[in-house]
Amino acid sequence: MQPIHLAWVDYTILLAYVAFVLGIGFALTRYMKTSSDFLITGRSIPTWVTGLAFISANLGALELVGMAASGAKYGIATAHFYWVGAIPAMIFLAVFMMPFYYGSKARSVPEYLQMRFDKRVMGLNAAAFAVMTLFASGISMNALAKLLNQLLGWNYHFALFVCSGVVLVYVLKGGLTSAIYTEVLQFFMIVLGFAPVVYLGLKDVGGWGGMTQQLHGVAQNPMAIDLNTKSFAPDAWTSAWKPLLGGSANNPMGVDIFAIVFGLGFVLSFGYWCTNFLVVQRAMAAKNMTAARNTPIVAAIPKMLFPALVIVPGMIAVALTSMPDKNYRIPPPIIAPEAYTQAVAAVKNANPSDSAAAIKAVSDALGKKVNADKIAALIAANAANKLSDSQIKEGLYNGVAEYDYDSVIFSLVKKYCPAGLLGLALTALLASFMSGMAGNVTAFNTVWTYNLYQAFFVPNKSDAHYFWMGKFITVVGIGASILCAYFARQYNNAMDIIQLVFGFVNAPIFATMLLGMFWARGTGTGAFFGLIGGIGSSALFHALTIAQGNLPGVKGGYLSVVHVFPSEMAQNFWLASFAFTTCFVLTIAISLATRRTKPNEELKGLVYSLTPKIKDENAPVWQRPAVAGIVLLIGCVILNLIFW
Amino acid sequence: MGLDIRWPIGLMFTLIGVLLAITGLVQGPDARSLNINIDLIWGVVLLVFGVLMLLGALRGNKTPPSA
Repeated sequence: MQPIHLAWVDYTILLAYVAFVLGIGFALTRYMKTSSDFLITGRSIPTWVTGLAFISANLGALELVGMAASGAKYGIATAHFYWVGAIPAMIFLAVFMMPFYYGSKARSVPEYLQMRFDKRVMGLNAAAFAVMTLFASGISMNALAKLLNQLLGWNYHFALFVCSGVVLVYVLKGGLTSAIYTEVLQFFMIVLGFAPVVYLGLKDVGGWGGMTQQLHGVAQNPMAIDLNTKSFAPDAWTSAWKPLLGGSANNPMGVDIFAIVFGLGFVLSFGYWCTNFLVVQRAMAAKNMTAARNTPIVAAIPKMLFPALVIVPGMIAVALTSMPDKNYRIPPPIIAPEAYTQAVAAVKNANPSDSAAAIKAVSDALGKKVNADKIAALIAANAANKLSDSQIKEGLYNGVAEYDYDSVIFSLVKKYCPAGLLGLALTALLASFMSGMAGNVTAFNTVWTYNLYQAFFVPNKSDAHYFWMGKFITVVGIGASILCAYFARQYNNAMDIIQLVFGFVNAPIFATMLLGMFWARGTGTGAFFGLIGGIGSSALFHALTIAQGNLPGVKGGYLSVVHVFPSEMAQNFWLASFAFTTCFVLTIAISLATRRTKPNEELKGLVYSLTPKIKDENAPVWQRPAVAGIVLLIGCVILNLIFW
Repeated sequence: MGLDIRWPIGLMFTLIGVLLAITGLVQGPDARSLNINIDLIWGVVLLVFGVLMLLGALRGNKTPPSA
């Protein structure tokens, strides 16, 4: 893609947003008096604000980009990440888990683990989480700086430092409250910035019906646009469940029902939503127990509808690519200008009678797979009637048979947004990257200050000391995120390994939490070694299995290949299921073999059976989490049936 | 916290709405997407949203919700 040119109105919108988030930070400074004001907001924020911040902290920019990419690759089945992989877990968190997180007065998820089990479990979880948030923040900032570089031609370092600087200022000024407020602002930016793009895209492909019709054709012959290597039933991109029922060979995701329902819907989803401090922290900031429990409920409403905003663009892009008159393709991976020059020369020097050799020469010059028919046609057209270099280059661009799916969303923004709207959409994107960094940093500084620094290194100091430490570590956290961004830029492969390790760490944690909250007999030793066993088992599982088409190595199977999965996604889902089960069984076995260290009285408020039930009868019916949760579940089932 | 988040949200979207609407009115038809003056339409939508937020903040100021 050519860099996008921004008009003054676009820059004005961008600057207005930055001015507002900085303004929020400065306006909040005067309320920051203690470490808890700064790190955990002093628990005073209304439900709708924590609810939208909760969902906004999850809807990072990388998710926005990734879901559109998956929408293109897999179609509407991507919505399982929302309807199966989010809503049930969010409701479970609201109804069953928030009473313990909020009621225990724990300041973080790791702190709950300390109260329920012991310091070892907390330390393990806190340290893993702290490192993870820094890398997550670095990865996302690297993506942002790269993007601004490619899309707008900005300098990478400039983009990275300016965006991090803005985040630093408003987090330092207003702490977690600043982060939560800007997340709400970002929520509206994303929704209002991308809705018109979806609307225009849908209109262009002939509405929902027109798009469905196009995708039916694509599903039966995805080879025609190099989208997949085999054909599927017509509804493979437009039905959420039917293609899955046919087994992993009959849907583009390559997964089966069990992997989706247990792996994604139970283990991964509950593991993320119910234990990840980044999101849970938002609910913990609510002003009272009812508000805390209703936070995930409020968040679940937009979450349920987000597929329209983030997945549909991917489907629109596929439909457009299959319509020759629309003059659109999902962009190919970035190809250096020199490679294009060489390929143009290869087209000019081609011998039309030996098209196979000519096509290979073009493909070699570009370093990419090409669509043989399109390149042959280009060579023939050039032979019959000398084309200009730029015409040949355009032909080459269209002939590349590989896609950079992550650029789907930007290519649509570029295609449909006039000046003005363009500024709004780009600002929304920038906003979500920056608030992603702010979210990670505010979760990091809390866990560092309370669960590592205060718990292990320097206990029993005054609150002023921890308040100072909270601010200091915020600066360190931003600095470390920038380093991580450079690391991610330099060592792409090392980054894959790091993310892989985090996957291992995260897979089993929900088993620990579940047993902690619902089984009073669970012991600290059981939880600690169960968790370590779960992490080890996921590493082992990964070392012994691989996905079809991958080579043993970073992608798995480096010890030996015992099982081959039809897709990486299937491998992930099964890995999570395996790690969860191992952790669950080990924790129970070791707990039964070890002595309890905490008597029932100490576990009151931490374990379900030992805690008085919350009475909701006084609250209006619609404010009771259980009632609202059931209504939402019914809504979710209806959505699944509509797109069955 | 003492700051009502509806103020900044309302002010920002009112501002962006006005900016977009003006852009939509000023720019020529060739700058449009699919022959729809989306800048104008969407500018008005944002403006309405921003004003509603400001009204909410105003009302909230008079009767502070019991926290």
